[in-house]
Parts: sequence; structure tokens; C-alpha cells
Amino acid sequence: MGKTLFDKVWDAHVVKSIEGGRDVIYIDRHLIHEVTSPQAFNGLRKRGLQIAHLDKITATADHNVPTINQHLPIAEPMSQKQVSALINNCKEFGVELYGLGHENQGIVHVIGPELGITKPGLTMVCGDSHTSTHGAFGNIAFGIGTSQVEQVMATQCLILDRPKTMRITIDGLLDPGVGAKDIILYIISKLTAAGGTGYFIEYAGSTIQALSMEERMTICNMSIEMGARGGLIAPDDKTYSYMEGRPHVPKGEEWKDAIRYWNNLVSDTDAVFDQEYSYKAENIGPMVTYGTNPGMGIKVDELIPQEGSSPSFDKSLQYMGFSEGQSLVGHEIQNVFIGSCTNSRIEDLRKVAAYIQGKQKAENVKVYIVPGSQKVRNQAMEEGLDVIFAEAGFQLREPGCSACLGMNEDKIPAGEYCVSTSNRNFEGRQGPGARTILASPLMAAAAAIEGKIVDVRSTLN
Amino acid sequence: MEKLKTITSSAVPLPIEDVDTDQIIPARFLKAVTRDGFGENLFRDWRYNNNDVEIQDFVLNNPTYHGSILVAGKNFGCGSSREHATWALYDYGFRVVISSFFADIFRGNAMNNGLLPLQVSQEELDQILMAIEKDPETSIYVNLEEQVWNVEGKDIQGTFHIDGYKKMCLLNGYDDIDYLLSLKDEIKTFEKNQVVY
Repeated sequence: MGKTLFDKVWDAHVVKSIEGGRDVIYIDRHLIHEVTSPQAFNGLRKRGLQIAHLDKITATADHNVPTINQHLPIAEPMSQKQVSALINNCKEFGVELYGLGHENQGIVHVIGPELGITKPGLTMVCGDSHTSTHGAFGNIAFGIGTSQVEQVMATQCLILDRPKTMRITIDGLLDPGVGAKDIILYIISKLTAAGGTGYFIEYAGSTIQALSMEERMTICNMSIEMGARGGLIAPDDKTYSYMEGRPHVPKGEEWKDAIRYWNNLVSDTDAVFDQEYSYKAENIGPMVTYGTNPGMGIKVDELIPQEGSSPSFDKSLQYMGFSEGQSLVGHEIQNVFIGSCTNSRIEDLRKVAAYIQGKQKAENVKVYIVPGSQKVRNQAMEEGLDVIFAEAGFQLREPGCSACLGMNEDKIPAGEYCVSTSNRNFEGRQGPGARTILASPLMAAAAAIEGKIVDVRSTLN
Repeated sequence: MEKLKTITSSAVPLPIEDVDTDQIIPARFLKAVTRDGFGENLFRDWRYNNNDVEIQDFVLNNPTYHGSILVAGKNFGCGSSREHATWALYDYGFRVVISSFFADIFRGNAMNNGLLPLQVSQEELDQILMAIEKDPETSIYVNLEEQVWNVEGKDIQGTFHIDGYKKMCLLNGYDDIDYLLSLKDEIKTFEKNQVVY
């Protein structure tokens, strides 16, 4: 029997299988940030341990940083203390840090691919559930807790139970105005917020193959929102051309050898998955969420489902101020957030800029664009996108996780609606009482212009 | 990590599904650089309103319900990988969470901190919740060694699954890191033979 892509990468990383069904898995790359690493560094200190491989760990500051005036000291004392702890820890243990002000700084899942740290065939971890993003390059990447951050720092290994495998195949052509974010929100709405738990998901099919690397990252990024540990997509020429020439990528003969090796990283035709689903691209439309988990999504021209009397469903709608059977089209919103590890790459910003060029945001709406990294921000400015944003009344900020999780000052006021390109619409995620509607960058841009939810397709020529 | 063998306790019911780690501990409370004190902000936005006043009808503010066991709806702990969620539950005093389904990362984090995620069937969960509703002093017994649980004085009981390795760790209070450090030579050999780009 053939092997799945997941099995090939997993099997190549088993140091040892232990009694009780777990594997000791070798971790090739470790990304860390200020929020989930300090207690791990404390643990190392307490045990008198060092970092096993300094060439396999990279740090940045992203979750808890301001998105204006990053050249100034951080004003909020707790945040300042946490970011300082990262700086001091990295210095003490010798870890390379791309901190505030560094040209490589940015959201951990944006800078990994950008610097070529993210490659096919690797195992990658980070103390952040959206580590699944990196799977777009054909590797096993997943989020871990802080105890595991410490384990990887000290030993480069983790003790894991082997996940089951799932394949989701999407074939066909997407309608204009429909993109990767809609695909993944559509899948999650079908499988629910728990439907992927226990699985690693391979995304396949002609629709997925036609996506750019940025779009593939958007898809893999949200695998965790259906409970899956991670998602992955087989590498192809698009993957290699995105990677070629980036700092951490092999060069010359080694590059050619690498491609030969990576070309084997596909699921064999006779491989058997524990679970399979397939969908048609033509059935996917622009998506919006109406509830408080990412599985509560509908196509924008659909109505909020009538589920009966589930207390959790009712609680969710009550929080959002929506009712069963309601349409979201025409619903007024007060905020638009374009950013996060899901949708803050240059391609996302370009799409938004192309859509809003010559238009003005609605008066009642506040719009934040938070680029994923310094490189994305600089690129946007080189291309003149900053001018388009400014003219439309969109604020281009400095890089960080920002209003995706509301750890810094970028919070949505209680009771207000935010159309957000981020990944979670949990209660209070964007600030206490904030009401999040997840959508694609295009849908968010359209909402910013109109001041309400619209079907972006109706605004395209 | 503290050892966990058996627990007998009354329980706190939270019959809500898809409780995410942002509810367990909101991101704005993740700024600490140590593991201590997170219990204070456990379920912060369900426990307190925007003016920091207790919300009376939330279960943690209801003195009728208490104990070291939390009984929650399915898909408990979904969302962010923040281990702070586990630290908050543990610091508050919980040692067992019973649910019909756990999110993956939360389950792992819990077991790495001596908090037992005990998975029961939906039917069993409903029975446990009903027993607590009838009598908030209902006591639940959990035995990790035997992998059994029961509601004392009632004919409600069951077994639960846990893999042998994690069970051994919880029973003895062992951390994964101790075991991993003992594999130094095997890890070195692996590294020597690995093909990676």
C-alpha cells in the first residue's frame, strides 16, 4: 500500500516509537515569539539546560506589539516587559531574534516562508496554533504548548501520538470574487469547528493546485479552526519558484538535489486516507461567519440557519446580535480589519488595493490594514499601495498580530461589528464584547467601502 | 508536575459546546512571563462584566457549585494553543475536565500539566450533567490507574481511554522532557543519518 504525503514526512522523523503508541518525533525548525516562550526559557534555566540547536530556532516579536510607533519604547508596561523578556532570553541563550525594528520582523507565520525557513519535507513547530500555515509547502507544521516549546528547545524532539489522515479535494473553477479564504471557510462550515480533530489534512485537487502560495497558506492556516493539528499541500513548481533565492533556501547543486527529494513528497496514488471529502469549486461563494466559531459560516447570499433550540447556538447568535433566518447582506458594520497570519501577505494587500483604488471608505467605518511583516509593508510602499490606502481612508499600520487577537491596543469596541480577514470569531477575541465577522480580504474591502456587508460579486464589473 | 491517581470531588457544570481557549483565558491576560496566577482570570469575560463586576448567573460565581472537576460540553479547549488555558484551570483548582470531546492541543497541554482530560460519551456527559443539576453536591470518583469513573450513589459509571505512556506520566508526575533528555544518544544518531534540506 502506498503512503500519504503526511506519512512520508512523519515516518522520516521518527526517532523512536515508544510503548503506548507514541512516537518520538524529530523537529527540524522551531519558531518562537514573546507570548508562549518566556515560561519555556524559565524552564531551561531551572533545569540548567541549553538550546539543543541554535541553527534550528528563530524568534520574532509579533503577538503583543503595538502597530504604530514601533521605533519608540512600548508604552504598555506588561507588553514592554514581555517583549523585553524575549530580547533578554534570546541574548542569554544565543537565539537569533527578529525583534521590533529589524527588517525581518513580522508575524511568525509570515516571516517563516518569507525567509525560506519554511521548506517541504520538514517538521516545524511554534507555540501558536496557526503554525499549520507552513504546511502549504508540503511539510508537517503544527502548534504546540509552552511545555513542548521547552522540550523542543532542549532536545529538538516531541513525544506525539500519530494523527489520522484526511484528504479534502476541491476541483473546478472559482467564480470571480471568490478566493482561498472562501474555500477554507466553506470547508469549515461543512465539517464544523471540531470536524478535523485528530487529523492532519491534505488539501488536493485542481482548485488547490491553481492557487498561489499565499492562497495555499491561507487554506492551511485555518486547518486548526476545524480542530485539525495541521494541513498540508504537496509541493510543486509553484512552491519551488516561491522559495528560490530566499535566504534559508539551499543554493546551486544542493537546490537541485533538494528539488529531486521534494518531488517525492506527494501522496502515492494507492495511498489510503482515514477520511476523504471532496467539494466542487463552483459551489463555493463569498463566505461570512454569523456566529462565534469559524464553523458558523454561510455564503453571503444565504440565510443564518434555523437550528432549533441548541443553547450553544442561541448563546452564539445572541452574542452576535443576529437571529435565525436572517440575511447578513446590508448589515451595518463599524470596523474592518485586514491582517493576521491568515491574510496579511503582499498578495492580500494588492487585491485590496486594486479593489479600492479610486474609492472611499464609508464614513462610519474604521479600517486597519496591518501587514504581516516589515518586508510586506516595505513592498507595499514600494508599489505605492500605501498611497491608495491613504486616499481611501484605510490606515496602513506596522506589522504584528494586532486586532486578530486583541492583545495589544488594537481592539474592537464592545458591541461593534468588525469584518475581519483573521481566523477566529470567538466571543471577545478582538476585544471584550467585540463582534467578529470573518471574511476574505475582498469581502472586507467591499464592506469597508459600503459600510455594510455586501456580496462582493455584485460590485465587480 | 504533580501526581494524579484518584480524585473524588463534586463538580462544576459548564454545559456549553466549543468552549475555546480565548474564553478560558482571554489574550489580554497572556502578558505574564511566569506560569503563576492565571486562575484569577479563568473565564474572565464570562465571570466579570466590562466594569469588573461579577456576573451572577455564571457558574463559577454560584457558590452552589464547587469542586476540582469541571464538566463541559463537547469540543472543549478549541482554538489557540495557549498553555495558559491549562495553567488557568489548574491554578483555579481543577484537576479533571470531563467532556464528550476535547480539542487536540488542549488535551496535550492538559496532560503535560497534571490536568486530566477525561472523555466520556455524549450520553454519559448528559447523565453526569443531569445528576449535578439535581444535586449540586453530587460526588464524582475518578481512578486513573483503573481508567474508571462513577457518579457516587448513582448507577452512572464508565471507563475512559488514555494512552499507556501519558497514563504513566500522570500517575508518577513525570514530564516528557525527562524522558526526552534520556534519549540523547538516540537523537544524536538520528541527526547523523537524517537527510534534510
